[in-house]
Amino acid sequence: MSEVLLDFNNVTMQFGGVTALSEVTLQIQRGEILGLIGPNGAGKTTCFNVMTGVYSPTIGNVTFNGASITGLKRYQITKAGIARTFQNIRLFSEMTALENVMVGADARKKSSVGGAILRTPRQRREENEARERSMELLTFMGISDRANNAARNLPYGYQRRLEIARALATEPQLLCLDEPAAGFNPAEKQELNELILKIREQGYTVLLIEHDMNVVMKVSDRVAVLDFGKKIADGKPDDVRNNPDVIAAYLGVDDHAS
Amino acid sequence: MANAIVSSFRRGADSFGDAFHRMNKWQKYSFYAIVIAALYMAPFWPDVPVLGAIVDTPGTQFSTVLNDQVIIFVLVALGLNVVVGLAGLLDLGYVGFYAVGAYVTAILTSAHGNLPWLLSLPIAVVVSMIFGVLLGAPTLRLRGDYLAIVTLGFGEIIRLTAKNMDWLGASRGISNIKKPPSFLGLEFGVLDPKPYYYLGLTLVLIVVFVLHRLEYSRVGRAWVSIREDEDAAELMGVHTFKFKLWAFTIGAAVGGLAGVHYAGKVGFINPDNFPLQLSILFLAAVVLGGSGNMYGAILGGVLVAYVPERLRNFADKRVFVFGVVLVLMMVFRPEGILPKRVGDEHKKRSSSSATEEVAS
Amino acid sequence: MPDWLIIRTFWDLTVTGLALGSIYALVALGYTLVYGVLRLINFAHSEIFMVGTFGALLASSQFLNIPLLEDGNYPYRTGMTLIFFLVVILIAAMLFSGISAVLLERVAYRPLRGNGESVGAIVLAFLTSFVVTLIFIDDTKINLIIALIMTAPIAYSYLRIFKRGRQAPRLAFLISAIGASTAIAEAVGVWGVHGRDQYQTARLLEKKTLFNLFGTDVRIDYVIVIVGALLMMTALTLFVNKTRLGRGVRAVAQDAETSRILGVNVDMIIIVTFALGGVMAGGAAMLFTLVYDQTRFNIGFILGVKSFTAAVLGGIGNLKGALLGGLLLGLVENYGSAIFGGQWKDVIAFTVLLIVLMFRPTGLLGESLGKARV
Repeated sequence: MSEVLLDFNNVTMQFGGVTALSEVTLQIQRGEILGLIGPNGAGKTTCFNVMTGVYSPTIGNVTFNGASITGLKRYQITKAGIARTFQNIRLFSEMTALENVMVGADARKKSSVGGAILRTPRQRREENEARERSMELLTFMGISDRANNAARNLPYGYQRRLEIARALATEPQLLCLDEPAAGFNPAEKQELNELILKIREQGYTVLLIEHDMNVVMKVSDRVAVLDFGKKIADGKPDDVRNNPDVIAAYLGVDDHAS
Repeated sequence: MANAIVSSFRRGADSFGDAFHRMNKWQKYSFYAIVIAALYMAPFWPDVPVLGAIVDTPGTQFSTVLNDQVIIFVLVALGLNVVVGLAGLLDLGYVGFYAVGAYVTAILTSAHGNLPWLLSLPIAVVVSMIFGVLLGAPTLRLRGDYLAIVTLGFGEIIRLTAKNMDWLGASRGISNIKKPPSFLGLEFGVLDPKPYYYLGLTLVLIVVFVLHRLEYSRVGRAWVSIREDEDAAELMGVHTFKFKLWAFTIGAAVGGLAGVHYAGKVGFINPDNFPLQLSILFLAAVVLGGSGNMYGAILGGVLVAYVPERLRNFADKRVFVFGVVLVLMMVFRPEGILPKRVGDEHKKRSSSSATEEVAS
Repeated sequence: MPDWLIIRTFWDLTVTGLALGSIYALVALGYTLVYGVLRLINFAHSEIFMVGTFGALLASSQFLNIPLLEDGNYPYRTGMTLIFFLVVILIAAMLFSGISAVLLERVAYRPLRGNGESVGAIVLAFLTSFVVTLIFIDDTKINLIIALIMTAPIAYSYLRIFKRGRQAPRLAFLISAIGASTAIAEAVGVWGVHGRDQYQTARLLEKKTLFNLFGTDVRIDYVIVIVGALLMMTALTLFVNKTRLGRGVRAVAQDAETSRILGVNVDMIIIVTFALGGVMAGGAAMLFTLVYDQTRFNIGFILGVKSFTAAVLGGIGNLKGALLGGLLLGLVENYGSAIFGGQWKDVIAFTVLLIVLMFRPTGLLGESLGKARV
């Protein structure tokens, strides 16, 4: 059952004089939950951005489901099956929760302007299906009671979960969560862990950036660690936890300081 | 204080909206029918006892104002609302599409052709859409501020090209533009504006119908998502370039349609009919009324077109007034008089309207 | 060599192109400064320039009392008198433009940032009451009186609204600028002495030929424009690079938040930025009236768009770019009209803008636009 879903092959990412990622190689197996950790500035979000097509790698390439996605436009990568949430929530504030999710579901639609104006049978069917699917996702996330509230009026916890629902609506194979636990209290973090496991049970593969070890270590099958743009460890949570390089990266050792 | 007036107007509109949603299908249809009938009867409003005195325009025939100003501005506001209000693309050269529609009709029915007006209409609209694509394709990659300047340039290029090319009539312009064909006993002559008004109102209703369908579909959602957060939209699978281009194109189509109607009515156009100030007034109509809201756009179009005629005193100062109004609106109420209502939030209004004011 | 217009008049076109381009460059500095610091196109900068030309006009006609014609001749002056007059006119133009720029910022931009203050509130209150009276009464004197009376109470309530301090969306800044630009131009057009007609400015300088270059007579006014513009730009560059305020401008342009944390008074810097741009536009305005002897209510618009094109061409946010872009645009416009015909001059400028933005939006000397922020 272990089939490589995403292959991040020897990726280097440079912005002008700054090297954000340096020869990073990473593989994500289908059906696993991979945690990506590292001190601030290590390059985790840059990794995400390369995967989702926001940046094109300076060197190296990214393969998804066997096909290269380097250089594809962002919406094409979403259609290929990668979806993400954002570190600082980026919902469409002037739309309701349901509408936000429907935008995600719209990604798979075929009908467009003509269908909308003429209300063709296909358009009406797709619209109804999108609406049902979106409500299902809202219910799955536990936020369906506020489906018709404007996104900007939702409480913080709802907004975080709405982002995940929206990402799931695009029918991805790989779901990338960027610090989903930020701002949560311990009880909420526990709920989040259960939610992530539930998502995996539904058949999704999950990549997770997170600072909070309680979340990452408990929920991930495997953990990869970045430091200064390089991958310094990659393995089971317990192995990584005890890896001296990882400890040094987080706590700092004299060698690094000087 | 002005804020309070506007807010109570909006609260009135909201509670009306609530009552409306609660109506069943037949009640809604009868309501529409009454409103539409009243609108078609508008040329006769000045004859109604009390309403007439309030509504009539001194110095100009009311139905002339209705057609020459109100209908044109409402059509344009509807089209520009798609571009600016829904998709969030600041277009300062919308007068360009309006001019294209008018000039194509003029060329086809008078200067270089002999087609009937009715046939020139779809051709002019299609040509406007082509210009929309021509303008949009290279420029929609640009971020907001730059798009504004570039569209401004486009509007001016259209006007200057018309002014400098003999084939387009140069400064003289083009005259003898054909009139719409007689229909149901209505003669489109030179003196009576009423048939033109009925035609224009019909065009408005059709446009409202089509735009409504677009707004409440994936297309409308895509536009709003682009406006709210373009990068996030793209990452959610929205093909932003395609939809931005569609917004431009549909906006151009409606603008061109307005131009066709204008040309058919006045019978003679020249480059001075399409100055930059018109683009500013068009923008003011959308922004003042409530961008992103079709009914807001209609309201804005009516205000910008009708008020200077009703209160004649400021007719020649109207551009100044609306310039100041734009600044005031942006300072105090950027969302316009009738912003788009999102979801069920109005239900909270009953409990905490005071805090809502501060928060919003 | 074919007998094309452009070849026959090449050097003549070059000289006038450089002079025109210098004016563009000076105005472009205003756009580029404000964009660099606020990431915002100051759409109303064109009207700041226009106001400067009227400042020059008022200085020469009202303050210095120079008539347009003296016994059927131009009121030429020479030597120290000439220099004195020109300096006075220059200062007047710079004052008019500089002060309007600062007022503009406080009225049309600052309230949108959420920290509106008294000056903005007063002006907006006055405008509100003035506009309301306009709608109902048609006597300008009465309008002004009522407006002045109503200003205080309205300003007071505006200030209370300002205290709620919310930041407006980006589009709002642009629309506010457009409104301000339109209002200023229209105000001059409606209430100016000659309305929307052309205003003549007194010709103090006799436009003699200074020297001969490659067969072309180079007029003194062109030389003054080019030299004057270069001097003003040098002064600006020195200010930005050597003074404390200038350092503040550069700091805020790079990173406003960090500058604020480090104790830079960002609001003051913004005012300084607008003032600098205004003063440069005032300089351009004076030079403009020197060469063209005229102005009108809407000269701002066309010149503004062209100067903006120059700023983008050179690389927006880049001071040297504004100079380069301005000079280049002046030349291209002249050569272009020799090739295509004078009536297409404005279209050429717009087309250049379109081409630059499409193919090299960062401009010739670079500053990147349109990058995604995720």
